[in-house]
Amino acid sequence: MRYLPHTDEDVRDMFDAIGVKDFEELFRTVPESCRYDKEMALPAPKTEWDLNKYMAEIRSMMKVSSDHTVLIGAGRYQHHIPSTIPSVMGRSEFLTAYTPYQPEMAQGTLQGLFEYQTLTARLLGVDAANASMYDGASAMAEALLMGLRIAKKKKRVAMSAAIHPHFREVVRTYFHPTEFEIIELPFLENGQTDLSSLAGRDDLAAVALQSPNFFGVIEELELAAEAIHQTGALFVAGFSEPLAFGLLKNPGSAGADIVCGEGQSFGMPKSFGGPGLGMFGCKQKYIRNLPGRLVGETTDIEGNRGYVLTLATREQHIRREKATSNICSNQGICTLTAAMYMASLGGTGLRKLARLNYDRSEYLKQGLSDAGATVCFSAPTFNEFVVEFKNDYSPVQKRLMDQKIVAGLNLGKYYPGFDNRYLFCVTETASKEVLDTVISEVKK
Amino acid sequence: MNNGPGRSGLIMEEPLLWEKGKKGRNGMSIPESDVPSASLAKELCGEGPDFPDLSEGEVVRHYTRLSQWNFGIDTGMYPLGSCTMKYNPKINEKHAAAEEITSAHPLLDDEYCQGTLRIIYELQNFLAEITGLDAVSVQPAAGAHGELAGMLIFDAYHQSKGKKRSKILMPDTAHGTNPASAALCGYKPVPIKSGARGILDVEQIRELMDEETAGIMITNPNTLGLFEENIREIAEIVHEKGGLVYGDGANMNAVMGIADIKKCGIDVLHLNLHKTFSTPHGGGGPGAGPVCVVEELKKFLPSPRVEFDGSTYRQEEGPDSIGRMHGFHGNYGVLVRAYSYILCMGAEYLKKASQYAVLNASYVKVKLKDHLHLAYDRPCMHEAVFSDKNQQENHVTTLDIAKRLMDCGYHPPTIYFPLVVPGAIMIEPTETESLEELNTFIEVVKKVVKEAANDPELLHNSPSRFKVKRLDETQAARNPCLCG
Repeated sequence: MRYLPHTDEDVRDMFDAIGVKDFEELFRTVPESCRYDKEMALPAPKTEWDLNKYMAEIRSMMKVSSDHTVLIGAGRYQHHIPSTIPSVMGRSEFLTAYTPYQPEMAQGTLQGLFEYQTLTARLLGVDAANASMYDGASAMAEALLMGLRIAKKKKRVAMSAAIHPHFREVVRTYFHPTEFEIIELPFLENGQTDLSSLAGRDDLAAVALQSPNFFGVIEELELAAEAIHQTGALFVAGFSEPLAFGLLKNPGSAGADIVCGEGQSFGMPKSFGGPGLGMFGCKQKYIRNLPGRLVGETTDIEGNRGYVLTLATREQHIRREKATSNICSNQGICTLTAAMYMASLGGTGLRKLARLNYDRSEYLKQGLSDAGATVCFSAPTFNEFVVEFKNDYSPVQKRLMDQKIVAGLNLGKYYPGFDNRYLFCVTETASKEVLDTVISEVKK
Repeated sequence: MNNGPGRSGLIMEEPLLWEKGKKGRNGMSIPESDVPSASLAKELCGEGPDFPDLSEGEVVRHYTRLSQWNFGIDTGMYPLGSCTMKYNPKINEKHAAAEEITSAHPLLDDEYCQGTLRIIYELQNFLAEITGLDAVSVQPAAGAHGELAGMLIFDAYHQSKGKKRSKILMPDTAHGTNPASAALCGYKPVPIKSGARGILDVEQIRELMDEETAGIMITNPNTLGLFEENIREIAEIVHEKGGLVYGDGANMNAVMGIADIKKCGIDVLHLNLHKTFSTPHGGGGPGAGPVCVVEELKKFLPSPRVEFDGSTYRQEEGPDSIGRMHGFHGNYGVLVRAYSYILCMGAEYLKKASQYAVLNASYVKVKLKDHLHLAYDRPCMHEAVFSDKNQQENHVTTLDIAKRLMDCGYHPPTIYFPLVVPGAIMIEPTETESLEELNTFIEVVKKVVKEAANDPELLHNSPSRFKVKRLDETQAARNPCLCG
């Protein structure tokens, strides 16, 4: 086996040096009663060439592939990824390194993470960002737990029903064994979160919104911040499409205390939902409550600039059960990938790309509306929007699928009464021609 | 004297991203707009972030230079204990990056993604077979995430029996993630001291296990590299009091095809695919931490899981499930790599991998035990734990030894863990290092031990061959600068 360098002679020599006669003796501390007493029933080892054939067969079972245009987002977005990214991020110096516990021989990862933290803080309008969480959903759960830690005595949090349904499910999973309670805030007819029930409350540690929310609707973050802060709660602002902040006001500047969301859009493929990364940042006064790894700037003994993991006293390997989170491994290379994507776009490019996404999605929204569909929410949207069809949409969807266009996600299973409602997503990968095809099929 | 593979090369300076570039450059193609510009209320618009503008060549050179300041498993031996830094096969990367896989959207109906679902289903089965346990969820995104899933399953199980429990037994050799994961579920860790032989003492468990205690978290082999020989008896005690046994599978690389996790009495186990199953660690992630359980706990696993009815792979959500741990299916690309690895290895070579991993560690242990203080002189599994005890008279610490090894061309072992061994030096060579490589490493460690006695200053001033000299971590924490 090509991954295992041992020859029979090596094994004999090593047995002699150790002073055992065989593997049986080498493993003598494993009690008989704990032994795996049969052969593992796994497929026979494949050569690289057989593996390639086998995997090709599995891939051929996929009915939607890279030549489809996917007009579905909902937390995973189809964006162009420049070939520089897989090429450079695939370098094994980045890919095959462990967590940078020995900073002098991991300055590449560490400077890259410091740059990521900086670009992310600028993007989200926060004072500091960590070096990533697993994904947008777990980041939301961690943000709410962080809010409870900061509030100390309070036991309740609130989250908007317009947050991605999967994100809310993950929050509920994390909260289930705890004593904490979650209140769900409904959304208004225009698709924005209804904050009216917050008035007069003082028992909430944190209130979470997502903007753009699951329906693509842009929340009024400044008004929300005011309403939330009046209750004494922290404002957690989530997102699933960070590209939005190339065009829209960022959540930090609108008053959010903790900002968290999914960063897959920045240079990572959809890859059936992972890996992406959880982007996570906060105001300066809360940094010692942050979960996850942080990279900080320092100097070496000669005064040269360098980077290290820092504020480790928040983390589990030092604080154990008193840590701010149990997270250890994060999304490492995805974090550098997001930074490289942000660097490749630059400030000018990010704005241009965000604008293009906005314009194209508005084009489809208007086109579908003209074709007879109802745009469900009147508030402005970015990239995604919900429409309702009068007639059964599924034959249209099928016809479009035959033309390699995956058009719209049915929301029936996420919200009661939404059986005829579809969430569409338009990015720069959808040309006008594709959008016109969708519009004309709906018109038929 | 063997100086190891470490030599000096040209190190390129490279500033921070925003210290270069010029407004108006771009590093990526953006399609021209072919639709009318739509209006957007001014009060919603921001100014866009202050990012530097760089050309494509500038970006590529920036990251290439950064990469050259890094050390990876492809660069050299990485004997980082408890992290299983084995070779990461290139073919796995190719399959994870295949277009049909990377372009798969996770919310399409099952009929459109039979291929990606099949990989999940088969991987669930492979991991069940390898551990001996009955059912698997591949959703957790990292080891600690798998631990959290495990603790949530503990909680769901006890609640289903009508009583929440408040404590959990926690050996002092446990990874820090164990108590932190348990604490998220409201469990108060009850510390258990390692016995004189470095393994758990049955009597202590018998004394501490009660009906308020949810169970125990055991890493086996433990973080001293020793097999917990009393695990079955311990499991019986815990089960008798209605508790469950959690296995931290971080060290599974020692026992594939050798120990049957279910027969050990373990009810829930997480695996680290980025350790045992060869997926790259990416400078911190992404990993994957599948959670494996006995039949009785299957219904509590995170959902969705993938089932197969003989013709179609389907996502299933059970009513008793602890729910979703991740927005979608976890770090799917990592799962594809592990799947590809298992298909290349089969049962035969997975078992050999474990045998050679233990052989390599045992060999290093025997060859170094007269040179570095060995914490427990007992048969080890995949790693051996030494310490700086013998170097203290020369005021040389584990940290100094680690930094000197870097100059010699090695990533240092894990240091100062486990906490029960002061100044721990934890060496895990893994099975993918050859005998010659081990011999060179051993000679270099011996040389460093001699230097520690004869020239302590050399060690105090290490490392000297990298872009930066020893970094001031205290200053970084005292005045945190997290953002440029």
